[in-house]
Amino acid sequence: MSSVALAEPSIEHRVHYLNVSYGVKSWLLTTDHKRIALLYLTLITFMFMIGGFFATLMRLHLITPQGALVQPETFNKLFTMHGIIMVFFFLIPSIPGVLGNFLVPLMIGAKDVAFPRLNLLSWYLLLVGALFEIYVVLSGGADGGWTFYPPYSSIYANTHILAAALGVFIAGFSSILTGLNFIVTIHKMRAPGMTWFRMPLFLWSIYATSLIQVLGTPVLAITIVLLGLERLLHVGIFDPALGGDPLLFQHLFWFYSHPAVYIMILPSMGVVSELVTCFSRKRIFGYEVVGFSSMAIAILSFLVWGHHMFVTGQSIYAGLIFSVLSFMVAIPSAIKVFNWTATMYRGSISYKAPMLYAMGFIGLFTMGGLTGLFLASLATDVHLNGTYFIVAHFHYIMVGGAVMGYMGGIHFWWPKITGRLYPDAWARFAALVVFLGFNLTFFPQFMLGYLGMPRRYAVYSPEFQVLNVMSTAGASILAVGYVIPLVYLIWSMRYGKPAGPNPWGAKGLEWEASSPPPTENFEETPVVTEEAYAYAREALIRL
Amino acid sequence: MGPGIPLHPDQASTIARGVDNLHFFLTGVTLFFTVLIFSTIIYFAIKYRRRSEDERPPEIHGSVPLEVVWTLIPALLCGVMFVWASSLYFRNSRPPTASTEVFVIGKQWMWQLQHPEGPREINELHVPVGVPIKLTMISQDVIHDFYIPAFRIKRDVLPSRYSSIWFQATKTGKFHLFCAQYCGADHSEMVGWIEVMTPSDYQQWLSGGMQGETMAQGGARLYGQLGCITCHGTGKGPSLVGLYGKPVKLASGETVIADEVYIRESVLVPSAKIVAGYTAIMPTFKTQVNEEQILQLIAYLKSLAAPEVSAPGKSEMPAERKTK
Repeated sequence: MSSVALAEPSIEHRVHYLNVSYGVKSWLLTTDHKRIALLYLTLITFMFMIGGFFATLMRLHLITPQGALVQPETFNKLFTMHGIIMVFFFLIPSIPGVLGNFLVPLMIGAKDVAFPRLNLLSWYLLLVGALFEIYVVLSGGADGGWTFYPPYSSIYANTHILAAALGVFIAGFSSILTGLNFIVTIHKMRAPGMTWFRMPLFLWSIYATSLIQVLGTPVLAITIVLLGLERLLHVGIFDPALGGDPLLFQHLFWFYSHPAVYIMILPSMGVVSELVTCFSRKRIFGYEVVGFSSMAIAILSFLVWGHHMFVTGQSIYAGLIFSVLSFMVAIPSAIKVFNWTATMYRGSISYKAPMLYAMGFIGLFTMGGLTGLFLASLATDVHLNGTYFIVAHFHYIMVGGAVMGYMGGIHFWWPKITGRLYPDAWARFAALVVFLGFNLTFFPQFMLGYLGMPRRYAVYSPEFQVLNVMSTAGASILAVGYVIPLVYLIWSMRYGKPAGPNPWGAKGLEWEASSPPPTENFEETPVVTEEAYAYAREALIRL
Repeated sequence: MGPGIPLHPDQASTIARGVDNLHFFLTGVTLFFTVLIFSTIIYFAIKYRRRSEDERPPEIHGSVPLEVVWTLIPALLCGVMFVWASSLYFRNSRPPTASTEVFVIGKQWMWQLQHPEGPREINELHVPVGVPIKLTMISQDVIHDFYIPAFRIKRDVLPSRYSSIWFQATKTGKFHLFCAQYCGADHSEMVGWIEVMTPSDYQQWLSGGMQGETMAQGGARLYGQLGCITCHGTGKGPSLVGLYGKPVKLASGETVIADEVYIRESVLVPSAKIVAGYTAIMPTFKTQVNEEQILQLIAYLKSLAAPEVSAPGKSEMPAERKTK
């Protein structure tokens, strides 16, 4: 490997995807999957900052029981916009949009995705959706929560719900097209020798995610159209006063939005499989089991939506069925956790920043998953539903899980994306800050929920204050933990040391391309002769 | 934990302890596996830390017996949780038959609570300790959610649809009532108190609050005012004496139970379910009655159903005698 690094001309003197052309137009009209990945990175980082800013305001507001900062109406808009932006404009496009776009062709030895122009269109759709949300924010905001439950959202609210929902509707098509693109790419464009069972597990999870995106998102689109019809034209679909059924909306909404949870977490699971193997220098423990568990999760995810509706008046027997299915979806998740842990057994473990994020992911995802069992259990869900317990649970999955995985992935592939290294000490420090800040923010919320504090409360009963202050303190630490990487990653783009093609000694085709890769990724189509994660073998045969 | 942080909410209903036991079991499982995974990761990370850059660890593909074990253990645990939680939920969902009724109307942003004996309360509910209370709830606008943490009960309150929930308080005191479904600007102020009293205090409170009519009396008054009696007392429409809770044969051939839902629908959308042998001549009363008045009418019909064995022709409905 070192011989390769020597032969590599320096970043400035080599033509790669970043310097092949210059100017705004060369970026905005690019069809290179790697440049599109960077477009996604820019857009979702911006959206993450807005969503994070709203979260910060909320946490500050909740320092006192009567609310320290804003009017209740404003608070309601803050949590609504925070949810919409973070779910639809950060979490869902995060790993597929950035790492998926960058890595899927590289990992399978292809020049690009199957439909490069469609790929660019996906980004523009997300951009248009995002512009809608920014318009909503600037023009006064929307309330009602990211869940848009009618008849409140369709009839009673007088905020900009329609524009917010339309933004989500448009972003949904971005998600569908991205999923479609990846499915076709993975099916049709694998390099010779790259059989299904030689694929890195990241691709398995992206594939499973894409299936959910393609099959689930249209239901969300239909639901939003129906909501729009009722709000605009008073067609009675959900509001009983017009002859509709409000629970119908919840069924439709969760039929998409529960699988959407797995759109957010499955890609992170794929990232973690890559990180744990690389930094343990080992094959994944139980490759097939981990791969199939992704598919099992994708399929089961469509059958559990009713567990969001245990207290709505859904029949007891429907509740029983959704409960048992929800328990079933926990099992493949547990299997993954055990396999990642076992992968470290007798490995050669290095504590680089991406590995710290991966280890954080495994632990926090375990907690997030296990606290989900409280909500799959009918009797405890009755008490915990709609409280801060739910908030804590899904943030353990979404932030402790999905965002941790995303951060780990960004740190892992950053040298490949930019060709440069970031300061590892700072990165490890930031990972630690994120871990501590995260737990301090969200652990108290489990206790708050159990004590009975409902979510979406702008003012609350004084006995909840101590735990709320703890949570706010944690949130400020967490915010610092997210700002630090932003600084050193941007810094590294200019001043970082050149990374060379494979700074981690990782396996996988993407590490055989130079860093940053040339526009066509590989000079000649690679031929794959070994399984993924063949860390025990000598260096790769080609080179 | 320092002072000021309560660790668990009051256990103030008959079901609270059962729910908490399950909660503690789940907490135990969560702690066990979280500690197990975290400590294993840290142990491996230290024990197998990279000592030299040339290290090539042995290749391990996996282990079928291990996969089976760590599939079966979670599956087994999940099975236990499912059976435990579901049977508890099943039991908790069934109100005792002899429950006292209270009616709840949720609206932006207040709770209106109505005792059959007459007293009407806003954002406050007085109940006796040790008596099962059944709440019949409906929303006048958006979806609300009736949540009493100390009782471990929660239920969505839907527009145009009755939902019900029950509890039996086990200790006296004041307990939070929260709306747990986002319902608009003042959602977080749609809160109140459940005041659980000793039966004698409750009787005293109740007699103090009884200036007006009972719900059934209010219903009887409406029954006359709205002219229900002109058809339902003359044979033009089906008789309503002893109707509540009984099966009704419909023109469509179906049979339905005459419960709150059926009565409410029959007042608002009379054509939805036509009683066998009658024609759809009844107009809708949508614009003439509100949710509260419908509840009063239901209470009145219930009061007619109670003495079903006694001869028809109670003083409240003299005209009924002619029908049948």
